[in-house]
Amino acid sequence: MTKNYFKVIRPGINSTFQDQGRKNLYHIGVPFSGAMDSRNYLLSNKLCGNKEDYPVLEFAYQGPLLKYFGDKIVIAITGEVNFTIKKKDKLINGTCYQSFILDNGDELDIVSTNKSVYGYLSISGKFDLKYQWNSFSTNTKANIGANDGKKLELNQKINIFDIKKNLNIKKLNYTNIKIEKIRILRGTNFDYFSEKGKKDFSEKEFMVSKLSDRMGMRLEGSKIENNFDTNIKSEGLIKGVIQVPADGNPIIMLSDHGTIGGYPKIGVVISADYDKLVQLTPGSKIKFKEVNLSDAETLFKLYEMETQNLISQI
Amino acid sequence: MIKNILNLGDAALYCDFGKEVNKETNNQVIRYFKSIRKENIEGIDNLAPSYNKLIISFNLRKTNFKKLKSIIENLDIKKNDHLENKKIEIPICIDEQFSLDIKRLEEKLNINRDKIYENFFNKIFFCYMTGFIAGMPFLGDLDEDMRVERLETPRVKVPKGSVGLTEQFANIYTFESPGGWNIIGNTPLDVFDSSKKIEPNLINPGDTIIFKKITKNQHSNFND
Repeated sequence: MTKNYFKVIRPGINSTFQDQGRKNLYHIGVPFSGAMDSRNYLLSNKLCGNKEDYPVLEFAYQGPLLKYFGDKIVIAITGEVNFTIKKKDKLINGTCYQSFILDNGDELDIVSTNKSVYGYLSISGKFDLKYQWNSFSTNTKANIGANDGKKLELNQKINIFDIKKNLNIKKLNYTNIKIEKIRILRGTNFDYFSEKGKKDFSEKEFMVSKLSDRMGMRLEGSKIENNFDTNIKSEGLIKGVIQVPADGNPIIMLSDHGTIGGYPKIGVVISADYDKLVQLTPGSKIKFKEVNLSDAETLFKLYEMETQNLISQI
Repeated sequence: MIKNILNLGDAALYCDFGKEVNKETNNQVIRYFKSIRKENIEGIDNLAPSYNKLIISFNLRKTNFKKLKSIIENLDIKKNDHLENKKIEIPICIDEQFSLDIKRLEEKLNINRDKIYENFFNKIFFCYMTGFIAGMPFLGDLDEDMRVERLETPRVKVPKGSVGLTEQFANIYTFESPGGWNIIGNTPLDVFDSSKKIEPNLINPGDTIIFKKITKNQHSNFND
């Protein structure tokens, strides 16, 4: 049996294995996790001819440098990512949404995500990972999931099996679009905030702070004034919820969020905008725009149709 | 009964069981939580029960707020009347090494430590919910005179197994984690064991808990 693997020469900042997430465990405090940007996750798998629920390697900002050993394999990277493939005789500048073949000894250098946060690497084979509670998704805070619940580490090996014989190269024309406004629905504690607080929330610009990760995105800007109570009885959370603690700075819950929270919820980001929200880098300016539930549902249908349309083009 | 169902965003139901935090309300929440789990309703991804709320998040590709709300409103909860709750004993060591905030508790409560421990060990706790960090149980209710605020400055690292008090609740840190609860002792028991394929958490909402005092030796030899 031929052994196929990547050796991690540089792990990158936050490289974790992710899939579609882990269901039915909120009640014991285990968050959903999963790929932050669901569309780019799905596209990367499709570019390698994989089923839609295969685990992929997610990276943030600086990605890993991987040296490949084994049989020829197809890889694809999605997002807005600068990467190179160093072969024996040449250096290839990588292009996202296009698959490439790696030969034994090639080096895949995922240099950085460009004006975005997350990118995805998939392969035409299976990463050798541990399935935990029906998901491969890694939650590094609770050490749950693939890779012993940890980020990629220097010098570790990532074993690969079931490499597909078919080495088809696939390509998709796609450009990630930035959004200027994050659309939201009113939260269940909207009325806790003063008229000024509500107005600031809907009109002022906020900046994504450096203290943002897979758990949450902290915002800075106008302090949102609360004139009722800055605490609520602790209750469940979902991703996209915008909580406002006593300091008035909103925090948006992201995929690895704590499952229970005690701060008032001013709003919830609509599902259609979540993939784009998570790609906002620290320093980005955002504004919120309120929509109603039926608009949010329609916008999600459209977003989902667009994703399926992209998948069908591959 | 559910007093009101609102939408939380476009992919979750926010079921409100009333303002009061008491066992009666919480029992209703847990009853709904357990019944809905049994029903395996198409599209539901997660259920998050808390003191007086139940948040049901769903996959917007498979269902929507209106459909799911109507299903939940028409559930016959009484038919699944049986709540299987466990009684669990948690060993805890209150040696100085572990009882990190006993001095603060004495000062804030104005009760001496022997009395604090006595109150704590005599209490039969009820698990209202688990979460925040994986497996952390929220156990109530401490008597009025045992209630104290969170630390002004939370610890950056609370050791795994620490048992903390805040307001009417006790909790157990299932992992080393930042936190602001007043630490009274430490359990060597794995309250959350992520290596278990099913039921990784020892304590579930609705369970009854008592703490049992163990010595420092018993604590250090517990997992041998």
